[in-house]
Amino acid sequence: MTDDVIHREVEDFLFMEAELLDAWKLEEWFALFTPDGRYLVPAGDLPEDSSPEASLFYIADDAVLLHERVKRLYKRNAHAEWPHSKTRHFVSNVRIVPAAVKGEIEVRCAFLTHRHRAGVNDTFVGSTRYRLVRDHGGLRIREKRCKLDHDNLHEQGRISILL
Amino acid sequence: MKYLGGNNVAIDADRGSFQVARRTFTSEAILRAERAEIFDKCWIYLGHESEVAAPGAFVSRSVAGRDLIFNRDAKGAVHAFLDACPHRGAKLCQERQGAAKNFQCIYHGWVFGADGKFRRQPHHAAYPPDFEAGGAVDLVPVPRLDSYRGLWFVCFDAHARSLHDYLGGAREYIDCMADQSDEMEIISGSQEYTIRANWKLLCENSFDGYHANNLHATYFDFVRNVTPSAVKSGPPPKLEGVGRDLGNGHAVVEYSAPWGRPAGKWSPAWGEQVRPEMEGIYAKLQARLGEQRARRVAHLSRNLVIFPNLVIVDAAGLVLRTMYPEEPGSMHVSSWAVAPKGESEWLRKIRLRNFLEFLGPGGLATPDDIEALERCQQGYRNVKEAPWSDISKGGIATTELPMEDEGQIRAFWMQWGACIDRHPGPAEPPPASTRR
Repeated sequence: MTDDVIHREVEDFLFMEAELLDAWKLEEWFALFTPDGRYLVPAGDLPEDSSPEASLFYIADDAVLLHERVKRLYKRNAHAEWPHSKTRHFVSNVRIVPAAVKGEIEVRCAFLTHRHRAGVNDTFVGSTRYRLVRDHGGLRIREKRCKLDHDNLHEQGRISILL
Repeated sequence: MKYLGGNNVAIDADRGSFQVARRTFTSEAILRAERAEIFDKCWIYLGHESEVAAPGAFVSRSVAGRDLIFNRDAKGAVHAFLDACPHRGAKLCQERQGAAKNFQCIYHGWVFGADGKFRRQPHHAAYPPDFEAGGAVDLVPVPRLDSYRGLWFVCFDAHARSLHDYLGGAREYIDCMADQSDEMEIISGSQEYTIRANWKLLCENSFDGYHANNLHATYFDFVRNVTPSAVKSGPPPKLEGVGRDLGNGHAVVEYSAPWGRPAGKWSPAWGEQVRPEMEGIYAKLQARLGEQRARRVAHLSRNLVIFPNLVIVDAAGLVLRTMYPEEPGSMHVSSWAVAPKGESEWLRKIRLRNFLEFLGPGGLATPDDIEALERCQQGYRNVKEAPWSDISKGGIATTELPMEDEGQIRAFWMQWGACIDRHPGPAEPPPASTRR
């Protein structure tokens, strides 16, 4: 397979992921992760490569916690997101970079996510580093690390949606 | 009926009713009074000693509406300066933290030592010979700076009583945190976020023992889902404890809880393999503090509010949190994780996981607290016809009540009222209730 085809496949995968999130198809989204998958959002004042085991993040989910997060978001009494926000996930500047771990596909991209709820608009901007693996021919996410450009969440207040 | 806080806290001893006027959450005039009588006069948390451990270390932090430089100079002395160049006032520090021997103003190039002393300026010869005499152009220090057990506080009232006296009955609860190790530190990474609600609502919420089962039902669902089935047998876990008024507006809930505590209480959910290390941590506590106190420090959880705006959550993890009003309906929150310096990697990992499962703007519980406080603030748009909030659970007493009563919240409001009553000028009359 040529690099060109891989790039197209990766982009399609990321766009599909964004579409699942915007449609609140969160179980389908969670199924994109490997059983050892992780979803990480470092705190605003941390370097991009910080470890969630040694530094305080906003979010540092392993697959168990991520699935609990997803299950929670479907509940009416997950008050921060009921009624659900409307979200729009934009993914751009997608590049496949040399993978740090053999057998993985490492992808960097920029993201811009809008959240609208109860008359309030919030915007999240940053870069995502994906560690993808190939599984039964398709792609799956071993790690999704979203580094926000914002020093703090004084504008957004909370990250109750999935970035 | 007795009124406090400019007719905003209404206490009816006969009926056992304790009410707070909702205009305290919406009024610009009340926020001005709070800035003058509370944030300009109380001791306010600045930072932890571990943040300025090395000579030259500095932190740039917004405290009670001021921008401060919190640092340690080359000789080891800790300082807090108002971050404004003595020349024309430009803010010196743009980085959040770092190490600096000197601070140089970008505008005209004046240079100040880490001890705040004026060092040099371009075109020095154009100034009178005694220009810098008597520290006239040194950085301006905060009026008062002091620490207790590693926590540094500032006070903008030069005549305030000592920090020791101010903390009073809260000191012993700070000890319960500080005694968990020989040396505590702030873990790197801070959570800073906004809640679109009045700052006092988070003071109340931080030790509100009444709301958890209702508001955080989805969090407890999660706990049940991830608890090993062997541990689930027996009665359903619950929080049991007492609320205490510690004087000067400080108050606490102290309780037993089903979770493990990295301070020295092993949890079956962590697995047998880590049990020996936890028992070792407990044994060390016992040797240092004696059996009775070690048990309390390790096994009981505490949510402590140091009046007006420092929260210490000493529960499944150890958290420091501050909140400042930006406007009546908006606050800035900062949150840090605290831990023993040099604790093992797995325990640090568990501590951070415990924090994030519940707390913070991306946790499984805090976002619902944020939503609840913001809904309160939205409800206050109806303040004119619906002017009172109720804080009468358990009566009007402020101490030694079950934690799910609201005694500790009343303790906060009693001190708030005493502060606001010192504010010069006539108070607005109490809002008329449409109900009686």
